[in-house]
Amino acid sequence: MSTFQITIDETGETFPCHAESSVLEGMFKLGRREIPLGCRGGACGVCRIEVLAGDFRKKAMSRAHVDAADEKAGRVLACRIFPMSDLKLKVSGPIKRSLLAPAKDSCTHFFAAQQRGD
Amino acid sequence: MALVGVMRPGHAQIRVLDLEEGIHFYRDVLGLVETGRDTQGRVYFKCWDERDHNSLIIRQADRAGIDFFAFKVLDKATLDKLDADLRAYGLKTERIPAGDLLETGERVRFEIPSGHLIELYADKTCVGNGLDMVNPRPWNANSERGIAPIRFDHGLLYGPNIAAVQKIFTEVLGFFLVERVLTPDGKGNVAIWLSCSHKVHDIAFVEHAEPGKLHHCSFLLESWEEVLRAGDIMSMNKVPIDIGPTRHGITRGCTIYAWDPSGNRFETYMGGYQPYPDYQTLTWTFDELGPGLDYPQRKLHETFLTVVS
Repeated sequence: MSTFQITIDETGETFPCHAESSVLEGMFKLGRREIPLGCRGGACGVCRIEVLAGDFRKKAMSRAHVDAADEKAGRVLACRIFPMSDLKLKVSGPIKRSLLAPAKDSCTHFFAAQQRGD
Repeated sequence: MALVGVMRPGHAQIRVLDLEEGIHFYRDVLGLVETGRDTQGRVYFKCWDERDHNSLIIRQADRAGIDFFAFKVLDKATLDKLDADLRAYGLKTERIPAGDLLETGERVRFEIPSGHLIELYADKTCVGNGLDMVNPRPWNANSERGIAPIRFDHGLLYGPNIAAVQKIFTEVLGFFLVERVLTPDGKGNVAIWLSCSHKVHDIAFVEHAEPGKLHHCSFLLESWEEVLRAGDIMSMNKVPIDIGPTRHGITRGCTIYAWDPSGNRFETYMGGYQPYPDYQTLTWTFDELGPGLDYPQRKLHETFLTVVS
């Protein structure tokens, strides 16, 4: 099975990812607890990334989070893309906050913010 | 007869991003029984021990989530009365003709202030559970295939205005409030569990800015060992698990939450308790939401609280 190197542009960090694994699964295998996993099925939008370089295949992802222009521009969900070459990614959305600056606020604060619609 | 009015959750229609993956998951992994497909491409399932034709319908769409959640009412007269009561309360209702859903009678549909479509109906074809009506066996092959829950038990929906939703369910539809979680200031509720029966919940709501969201559909198992077996089957099939196996403080349900291949959360659970309509509502304070959610670990799980479809 082919394995490719995925590079996170902001940090320069790399991790290996099998062609049959989603990029999110590949990230998860780093064992980094701060990487948020959401539904892992393309519905919730938590793992939104931008692919800056490289080829991948993709499965359907919710139009509630990725519109056609996003998809064309490589702004996709990490749980629904599978590498076909080495990839360079920019992380964005909730995943960025967690990956680049682990949130200091508690889940309680997070939940309360959700209630307020922040 | 004591149980009248709204009897139970009857069906939910869920959107999936890939129909074939959805069929494989709901039929072969969750172990529901496929009962039909319609001209719109929708696929119908029921739990093995349910007798009515369908309780879960899936359709392919470009976004995941829930189309509508329905309750079965006692009879046609009840349906007409509740329709009139909802209109008198100030809600708009719509009649969906019999046969729009396979083997299902006329439905009364209305939107509640959380942005969800709720339906009531009185008739659905009884196709049986595969066991005899005279001198029945206790189970059959369908009860052993996949996770194989016995019934579609309840749903949890996320949306705004749950205080107004609670009033509709309690004042018009005859539900009672079983448990609730208070807001941080203690003046309102962030979450409510409502029953129309002898169950600890038939539907639940969490206050959330975005309307019409699905947190989970829940399927009932008969024992804690079956919940653990469900966890094994999920892992064997690489089904992503959100939390569990664990027990909730709220409702005392013993549970696993996981996601279908399109990111719609579902629950396999057993337990809880059996409240009657005179039950005094249990209250959880916001600071004790951790044990309310996960009693052994006393832990707030961010994904459980915030990820919806």
